[in-house]
Amino acid sequence: MQLQVMNSPFNQEQAELLNRLLPTLTESQKVWLSGYLAASQTANALGTAVEQAAEVPAATSGQLTPREVTILYGSQTGNAQGLAAKAGKTLEGRGFKVTVSSMNDFKPNNLKKVQNLLILVSTHGEGDPPDNALSFHEFLHGRRAPKLDDLRFSVLSLGDSSYEFFCQTGKEFDARLEELGGTRLFTRVDCDLDYDEQAAEWIEGVISGLSEGQETNNAAPESAAAPAAVESAYSRTNPFKAEVLENLNLNGRGSNKETRHLELSLEGSGLSFEPGDSLGIYPDNDPALVDQLLSEMKWDAAENVKVNKQGDVRPLREALLSHFEITTLTKPLLEQAAQLSANEQLSELTAPGNGEALKVYLNGRDLLDLLRDFGPWNASAQEFISILRKMPSRLYSIASSLSANPDEVHLTIGAVRYDSFWRERKGVCSIQCAERLQPGDTIPVYIQKNQNFKLPENPQTPIIMVGPGTGIAPFRAFMQEREETGASGKSWLFFGDQHFVTDFLYQTEWQKWLKEGVLTKMDVAFSRDTDEKVYVQHRMLEQSKELFAWLQDGAVLYICGDEKNMAHDVHNTLLEIIEKEGSMSREQAAEYLAGMQQNKRFQRDVY
Amino acid sequence: MVNQILRAPDGPPSDVEEIKERSKYLRGTLKEVMLDRISAGIPDDDNRLMKHHGSYLQDDRDLRNERQKQKLEPAYQFMLRVRMPGGVAQPHQWLVMDELAQKYGNGTLKLTTRETFQMHGILKWNMKKTIQEIHASLLDTIAACGDVNRNVMCTSNPYQSEIHSEVYEWSKRLSDYLLPRTRAYHEIWLDEEKVAGTPEVEEIEPMYGPLYLPRKFKIGIAVPPSNDVDVFSQDLGLIAIIEDNKLIGFNVAIGGGMGMSHGDKATYPQVAKVIGFCTPDQVLEVAEKIITIQRDYGNRSVRKYARFKYTVDRLGLQTVVNELENRLGWSLGEAKPYVFDHNGDRYGWVQGIQGKWHFTLFVEGGRVADFEDYKLMTGLREIAKIHKGDFRLTANQNLIIGNVTSMKKRKINELLELYGLTDGRHFSALRRSSMACVALPTCGLAMAEAERYLPVLIDKIETIVDENGLRNEEITIRMTGCPNGCARHALGEIGFIGKAVGKYNMYLGAAFDGSRLSKIYRENIGEEEILNELRVLLPRYAKERLEGEHFGDYVIRAGIIKATTDGMNFHD
Repeated sequence: MQLQVMNSPFNQEQAELLNRLLPTLTESQKVWLSGYLAASQTANALGTAVEQAAEVPAATSGQLTPREVTILYGSQTGNAQGLAAKAGKTLEGRGFKVTVSSMNDFKPNNLKKVQNLLILVSTHGEGDPPDNALSFHEFLHGRRAPKLDDLRFSVLSLGDSSYEFFCQTGKEFDARLEELGGTRLFTRVDCDLDYDEQAAEWIEGVISGLSEGQETNNAAPESAAAPAAVESAYSRTNPFKAEVLENLNLNGRGSNKETRHLELSLEGSGLSFEPGDSLGIYPDNDPALVDQLLSEMKWDAAENVKVNKQGDVRPLREALLSHFEITTLTKPLLEQAAQLSANEQLSELTAPGNGEALKVYLNGRDLLDLLRDFGPWNASAQEFISILRKMPSRLYSIASSLSANPDEVHLTIGAVRYDSFWRERKGVCSIQCAERLQPGDTIPVYIQKNQNFKLPENPQTPIIMVGPGTGIAPFRAFMQEREETGASGKSWLFFGDQHFVTDFLYQTEWQKWLKEGVLTKMDVAFSRDTDEKVYVQHRMLEQSKELFAWLQDGAVLYICGDEKNMAHDVHNTLLEIIEKEGSMSREQAAEYLAGMQQNKRFQRDVY
Repeated sequence: MVNQILRAPDGPPSDVEEIKERSKYLRGTLKEVMLDRISAGIPDDDNRLMKHHGSYLQDDRDLRNERQKQKLEPAYQFMLRVRMPGGVAQPHQWLVMDELAQKYGNGTLKLTTRETFQMHGILKWNMKKTIQEIHASLLDTIAACGDVNRNVMCTSNPYQSEIHSEVYEWSKRLSDYLLPRTRAYHEIWLDEEKVAGTPEVEEIEPMYGPLYLPRKFKIGIAVPPSNDVDVFSQDLGLIAIIEDNKLIGFNVAIGGGMGMSHGDKATYPQVAKVIGFCTPDQVLEVAEKIITIQRDYGNRSVRKYARFKYTVDRLGLQTVVNELENRLGWSLGEAKPYVFDHNGDRYGWVQGIQGKWHFTLFVEGGRVADFEDYKLMTGLREIAKIHKGDFRLTANQNLIIGNVTSMKKRKINELLELYGLTDGRHFSALRRSSMACVALPTCGLAMAEAERYLPVLIDKIETIVDENGLRNEEITIRMTGCPNGCARHALGEIGFIGKAVGKYNMYLGAAFDGSRLSKIYRENIGEEEILNELRVLLPRYAKERLEGEHFGDYVIRAGIIKATTDGMNFHD
C-alpha cells in the first residue's frame, strides 16, 4: 500500500520517505523495524506513566482515594458467606471500596491485582474446603499460584472443634498466602461453632490493620507492567515447546464424547495472538502404533535414519514417532511404495487407470495396513522413511484470550476414535492430548493468525456466534476478550451438542457470563435429549425475527465448527431467515448474506 | 399464666419468609425458570417455593467436584415427593410410579419414612410431564414438602382392617382439609388458566395466610398397640382410641419433632406431649386451630428454631393448650389410656378381618430397585399388574401388599417366590428394624452416608449379634446423614447422625415403643469405633438383660446412658 497524507498519520514528506524506504526492506528488516518501533513506543509510554504516577500524590493529596479490599469466602452452609457480606458492609461503612465474592466466582488471574485480601472460609468433613472454595484452594496451592509480595491479607476460619482438623482450610490459606509473599494485616482467627464474637473482633482487627498502612499506599499504575511488544522468535518452522498446565475432559460421565480442554503455557515464548487465531500443534504418533510397525517389519528401533534433507539423524523409533506421518495414505506414497515391493497387486493398484480403486484403498487405511497388505518388501527402513510425509501440524481454534489469560493458550479438542478395517483408529493429535499428554509435559506449538475471524473493531457492534461442539472454542476467547475490554456490544451465542447433562461444554462459564451480562443471550440445542433431533439451526429459526433484527442492527455473525453438515445447514437456515424476515427472494437473501461477507460481517472458521 | 400475652419471637423475618411473601402464593418465577434451557437448576428463591409443590432441586454429590472441574454445573435433578395420606396406593398408581421412575427418574423408588413415594433424578425438562402423569393417576405432590402440613401418616395396620380404614379416612380428610388453597400448582404444572379477577387475598389461604407456616408441620395417627408412625415425633400426633372395636376418638399429642443442628444446644429432638382427647368429628378443627397457633406464634426469624416443638416449649405446654381451647371455644376431653408396644413393622402374611390377607415386605432402606441379585422392582411391578387390593407404604420404609383375597394370595405368593421377595425372615431382627434416610449422593443436607452405608454396617454388626445369640432380638437401629432426622434417629434404640464422611454421633437409650428419646453416647466416631462399642454393649445386653427387656431400656438400667426424659434435656 502506498502511504499518503489521506490514509496515514504522516505528512507529505514523511509519507514519501517511507514509500521510498519500505519497498526496499527485506522481511527480516521489516520484523526488526517493527519490533524496534514498538519497543521505543512502549518505553515512551512508560516514561509518561511514571511521570503521571509521580504527580498523583500531589494532585490528590488530602483526599485519599478509597482503599480497595477484596473479600473472598468459601462457604458450605452459608455462615462464611453471611460473615463476608457483613464484613463487606462494615468496611464500606468505614470508607473502603469493597468487593465481596465467593472463591468460585473470583477469577484467580485477578489475584495479582488485589492489594488487600480478606479470606473467610469454613472447613468441612475431614479438613476439606467447602465446595465453592475447592478450585481456588487448588489454584492457590498449585503451580500457577502467583507471587503475592504486594498482598496484605487476613484469614477468618470457621470450624467445629469437635473435628480433628479444626479450621484446617483457613489455616492452609493463611500459611499459603504467607508462603506466596503476602503479609498479614491481622492475625488469623479460628472460630468455633459459636463464631459471632470472634468474627466481630476479627473484623475490627482487620480494620485497624488496614488503616495502619493508609499513608504508604501508592500502587504503581498497571501500565508500568506492560511488556514491550517484541516479535517472537518462535514460528511454524521453529515451534515453541509449550508446557501443559491443565488437561481435562469437558464431557461428564456417561457421555458418548470426549472433549479435551488444554491449557498451555506460552511463558517466555513471546508468542501473542488475538481471539479468532489458531494454534498449530506438532503431535507425536501413537507409540503403540509405531511399535506395531517396527515389529511388523522387524526393523531395529535404534537404527539411525536421516529425517530431513539437512541430513539430521535420529533413531528409527523416534523418527516414526515425531517426524513422519504414518496414519494417512496418499497416492504418491503408494506409487513410491510400489517401487519397494515385488507385490503385483500393489503395482496394479497404482497403475494408471485404477484411480478409483486406489482412492477406495486409501480411505480409512494407514501405513500399517499398507505394509501388511502388500509384502514382501525389499527395502531398508531408511528407504521407507524417505517416502513418508513429514509430520503435519494440526490447527485448533484458540479458546482463550491473551489479555484474560496472559502467557497462556487454551484449546478445545474433540478426541477422535473410530473403527476402520477391523482396527481402532485414533486421531493423532487429539488422542495424544486425550491419552498421553500430562501436565508438566511439553508440546511444540506455534500461532496461526486468522484475520478472517476477528471480533469487530467497534466494541459496540453486536455479535452472533454459532458454535456447536468444539466450534465453541473461539467464542470462549471472544467472551474472555470482551469481558476484559469491557466491550458494550450485545452478544448472542448458539451452542449445540448431544446431551445437556454431559456435553454442555464450558457450561458454568457461559452461565457466569450470562449472569454478568457479558453474554447477552444464549440458545442451546441438544440433539439426543429429545425424540426429535434439535440442532442449532432449529433454535435460530425459532427466533428468526429477533435474529434478523440483530443483523439489521449491524451484528457480525460467526460460525465455527463442522463444515460438512453444520455449516451448510446453518447457512441455509440463515438464507431462510433473511428471506422470511426481510421479505426477500432467495436470490436477494443470498446477496444480503454475500454483502455481509464482503463487509466482514459474516465470518466462518469451519473444518 | 392465663393472661400472658402471646407473641412470636422478635427478629427480622428469615429469607424464606421474604421469599414466600414475594411469591404471590407460591408462584414466584417458577413457570419461567422451568423453561430456561441454560441450566438444569433453578434459582434458590424458586427452589424454596418449589418445595411447596412437593419437589426440590438436588444434585448428584458424587459428581459435584468432578463436574466443577469439568466446567459443568452440578448434575442437577429434582426430587419429587407424592402426597399420599396414610401411605395407601392403588395398584394402578404403583404402576404409574414405577413407570415414571424408569422414564424420568433414576430407575428407583424410595419409600419414605412418611409413607409416601419419592423419586430422584428427574431433569427439569421432565418435571411437568412427570407431575401431569402423577396427576392423571389421581395422586399429586402438593404440599409434600415446604412450610405447610406434610403428608399425613397413619398406622399401616393390617390386623384390624375396619379400624384401619376408618383411621385412614381421617388421615385423608386431614390431608385434604389442610391443603394450601392457592392455584399455583395447577397453573404451573397442570396448565390451568389463571382465573381472572383474583379473589381477596384472605380468601386465597384462609388458614395459612400469605406466609404459610414458619416451618414444616407433620401429622401422624397411630393405632395402638402399634406406634409405627412414631406418633411422638410428630408436630401433631393423634392416638386412635378404640373401645369395643370402635374408633371413639383420638388422644391429641403436640410438639414432637426430630430435627436439630449440630453444635446448637438450643435445638433438640422432642417428643410430643399428650394434651387431651377429641372425638373424630372434632379432629379437623383441632388440627386447624393448632396449626393457626403455630402460624401466629412460631419463630419466623430463625428457621432452625421455627418448628412447633420450640413454640410449645417456649410458650409452655399449658399456655398452648389454653390458647387452643380459646380458639376452639371448647375444651379437650381427658386423655384416654392407651398402650404401645413397638414402633417397627410385623413382617410376612397376616390375615385381617373379613378374611383379607396382608403381606408385609421388608424393603431395606425403603429403596425399590432392581439389584443385581434381587429384582425387587420388577417383582413388585408384576405383582401390581395382577393385584386387586392395595399397597400400603409403612412408616418404617416397608411395603404391605394389602387386602389380598385368599384366591389371589396363591398367585401373589408365587410371584413373591419367583422374585425371591422377602419378608426379611432370614435377616437378623436388627436389620429388619433398621431405617435410613436417603443422604448421599442426592440429599443436599447430608454430611455422611446413610442409606448406602447402613446395610454395610449392619453386615458387620450382625456378626456381633450372632455371636451373642441376639439374632432374633428386635433392636431398632436408625441412621441419618444429617441432624434433621428424616429417619427419626432420636427414636432408634441405636441411632446415628452423620457428622462428616465416615463419622457419626452415636445415640443410645430410646424406647422400643417410640416414647422416649435417645441421648448421645459417643461423638464423631468411625466404623471401627462403632463396632468396638457394640462389641462391648451387645454381649453385656445378652448376658444382663431382664426377661423381655429391650435394648433401649437396658442401657439405661445398666447405667450406660442417662434417660432423656424430655427433649429439653436431650443434650444434658
